[in-house]
Amino acid sequence: MHNRPLSPHLTIYRFMYTMALSILHRVTGVWMALGLCALVYWLTSAAAGELEYARATALLGSAAARILLLLWLAAYCYHFVNGLRHLAWDAGLGLERRAARISGRFAVALALLAFLGTAYLLFCPRAGWS
Amino acid sequence: MSLRSPLGVVLGRGSAGEGVAHWWAQRLSALALVPLTVWFLVALVRLPLTDHAAVTIWIASGWNLVWLVLLLGALCWHSRLGVQVVIEDYVHAPALKLAALLLNSAAHAVLVAAGVYALLRIALKGLS
Repeated sequence: MHNRPLSPHLTIYRFMYTMALSILHRVTGVWMALGLCALVYWLTSAAAGELEYARATALLGSAAARILLLLWLAAYCYHFVNGLRHLAWDAGLGLERRAARISGRFAVALALLAFLGTAYLLFCPRAGWS
Repeated sequence: MSLRSPLGVVLGRGSAGEGVAHWWAQRLSALALVPLTVWFLVALVRLPLTDHAAVTIWIASGWNLVWLVLLLGALCWHSRLGVQVVIEDYVHAPALKLAALLLNSAAHAVLVAAGVYALLRIALKGLS
């Protein structure tokens, strides 16, 4: 494992924002894997009965939990849109450098819009959550 | 000279004989999650989430339970496959890598089992 010659690696390439988008897909994916715990906790507490559910919603409605939920929502929005980009690539579409760069900018803009919209709908008009 | 037959090279199944199954599973679960997660998010927006009765009635009514079980299954499957690739790419020590891969599979198995159990418990409570 040690001191072997390595082929050109990350540090040798000029930074492009598409590289950041690529690693962000992984980061958001792993982050959402942790979010599965919160989803399953929500379901099991609902199954456990009214009292346990009230405790869970109080916990999930707390300020710290809201920040986590918002971060999971943001991760979902980006991973969803960029995932569609990946599916298009898998179908052989949009692989050219120019197309990939343009679709990257589109993905970020669309994810941001989707995040702001869903965050507003989920968190703002809800009296029960405050 | 390669000892692999031309047919073996073309099939590209690899040493585990698994071939492209992992790749396909990740893409198919991704495709399934497109409608399922959007449906779930729309439902979350419309539900009064602090109302236990409303939430459990919604889970148990109509086809919701079916979609929720499928959602949970596809989520855990997709998540397990994705985290597996991340571990394979970044964890290099063989023992640690194996341990991480096993832990990943076990954790996702527990999550999907616990989630489906909770859903069934909610749905069947309405029947009794």
